Amino acid sequence: MLLHQLFEATARRVPDKTALVFDGVRHTYAQLDARANHLAALLQQRGVQRGDRVAGFLDNGVEAVLCLYATLKCGAVFMPVNPLTKRDKLAYLLNDSRASALVSHTVLQAECVHALAQNGSVHTVMMAGTTAVTATEDTRQLPFPAADAPALAPLALPPLIDQDLASIIYTSGSTGDPKGVMLTHLNMVSAARSVSQYLGLVDSDIVACVLPLAFDYGLYQVLMAFQTGATIVLERSFAFPVKALEVLARERVTVFPGVPTIFSLLMQLKTLGEHPLPDLRLITNTAAALSETHINALRGLFPQAQLFSMYGLTECKRVTFLPPEQLDIRPTSVGRGMPNEEVWLVDEAGQRLPNGSVGELVIRGSNVMRGYWEKPHETAKRLKPGPIPGEFILHSGDIFRTDSEGYLYFVSRTDDVIKSRGEKVSPREVEDVLYSLEGVYEAAVIGVPDALLGEAVKAFVSLRPGVSYSERDVIRYCLSKLESFMAPKHVEFVASLPKTDTGKIKKTGLS
Amino acid sequence: MSAIKSTVRAYILENFIMGGDGPAFTDSDSFMELHVIDSTGFLELVTFLEETWNVVVEDAEMTPENLDSLDGIEAYLRSKAVAMPCAA
Repeated sequence: MLLHQLFEATARRVPDKTALVFDGVRHTYAQLDARANHLAALLQQRGVQRGDRVAGFLDNGVEAVLCLYATLKCGAVFMPVNPLTKRDKLAYLLNDSRASALVSHTVLQAECVHALAQNGSVHTVMMAGTTAVTATEDTRQLPFPAADAPALAPLALPPLIDQDLASIIYTSGSTGDPKGVMLTHLNMVSAARSVSQYLGLVDSDIVACVLPLAFDYGLYQVLMAFQTGATIVLERSFAFPVKALEVLARERVTVFPGVPTIFSLLMQLKTLGEHPLPDLRLITNTAAALSETHINALRGLFPQAQLFSMYGLTECKRVTFLPPEQLDIRPTSVGRGMPNEEVWLVDEAGQRLPNGSVGELVIRGSNVMRGYWEKPHETAKRLKPGPIPGEFILHSGDIFRTDSEGYLYFVSRTDDVIKSRGEKVSPREVEDVLYSLEGVYEAAVIGVPDALLGEAVKAFVSLRPGVSYSERDVIRYCLSKLESFMAPKHVEFVASLPKTDTGKIKKTGLS
Repeated sequence: MSAIKSTVRAYILENFIMGGDGPAFTDSDSFMELHVIDSTGFLELVTFLEETWNVVVEDAEMTPENLDSLDGIEAYLRSKAVAMPCAA
């Protein structure tokens, strides 16, 4: 079973049902399927073949959903790119993946043009937001097909099997360069099935998606809703909470996935009572831990809804969920695993630990990634041989403890990756950008506690003699190079940074 | 350009955009669409508006119509009958 076939099966079953609501416009399953087929045929005509990478550099919207399914249908590999990505990083992603096609929007034209100037692999650029293709534009570029575009020769079905790659999702890590998580159709179908099963998603569900589709948490809302036959109410973001709430109330959403920052914003609204969500039956949280205060507040605000506290990582989509009834017993646990998956803790030697221990969480299952794209060394650090010859288990890099019944509680990360607003921030990636700022002599980036963000990014910078910047100068520079959630919230200028005996910058004393 | 718009434009350029590197935006352009300001940025913008013009931005007033463009912000602040420090 291939990932897009789950969507196609639903489209055959309930063609006239609303699949997607975005910006007030409703799209049926049949409409989306037809447009995705058209786009797939177009990509194929342009030479996109099985296994080729198609980068989708888009805000949440219909084009993003169509790009996802069109890519899968022509046998290519969907590579979602956060629309906040700046030109140099976009160039890195296109080059690292050797992408064949880039699908984007005119609002991102400037970043695309600069990135493509540093890339030689992309042969097709599809731009939404315009119907014009002028002589001065890149000859690789064509407009994203409109809904009423004339028919093309039908798509030739690619010889895909579930072992083929469906997606590469880049994730930041401790080292400076983002790594492409390779996910097969089997990985993603397996994950989608497990999660849908434990959540109990049904076709009458109306799922709110205020999360970026460029991350797997948002992406899977679409994948699972379309697999189930539910409806997705897609929002650009949660930037205007009251506006989003109005839409969610009007559409009578039944499922609301969020991260702690979103729940904080929601609960800060004094007018929450004016936008009741009486049909809400499921609330889910992942990407960062939900505090007990948050949990109690959410359960108090939405007593008719079940709250799912979960944990996962891009490398395997999701690991564990806490059955809602356990919130009364152990509210800070994230659960014991999920269907069709095995998890346990290991010590530093890789030995399996009994319940009641502290150790690194490892995951075994069909949802575990194939590895990092063209990074065998990094892959070998995370995927290690499993119990059956030829299989690999994923080392999460996170330390957990288990109670006597095997329920998991997050303890800490083994690396220094920061989680801000539920998004991963690589300190090294931010430091690399800081070092590229003229006059910066040394830089160290850490996470500091923040009530709204979970962790805020803080940079310590020492400048060369004669150089002077304000905190705002440094933050603005980072904003021009990095996604906004990676830019430091705080910058502290210091004369020098603490060092180890061997002269490396020591972060342990910084706060 | 009015004093409100020039003040807010300067604030945005100062805090969110590095010199000429970011997207140029007109008075009617959407900050969200052009990625000038992101979700957390809007919270900072609200704080700036509240502190600069001594107003309280109510939950219900945190809408794209009021906050997502210079034109919108000016119309919104005028509707709050703000007193400008100089002729508008």
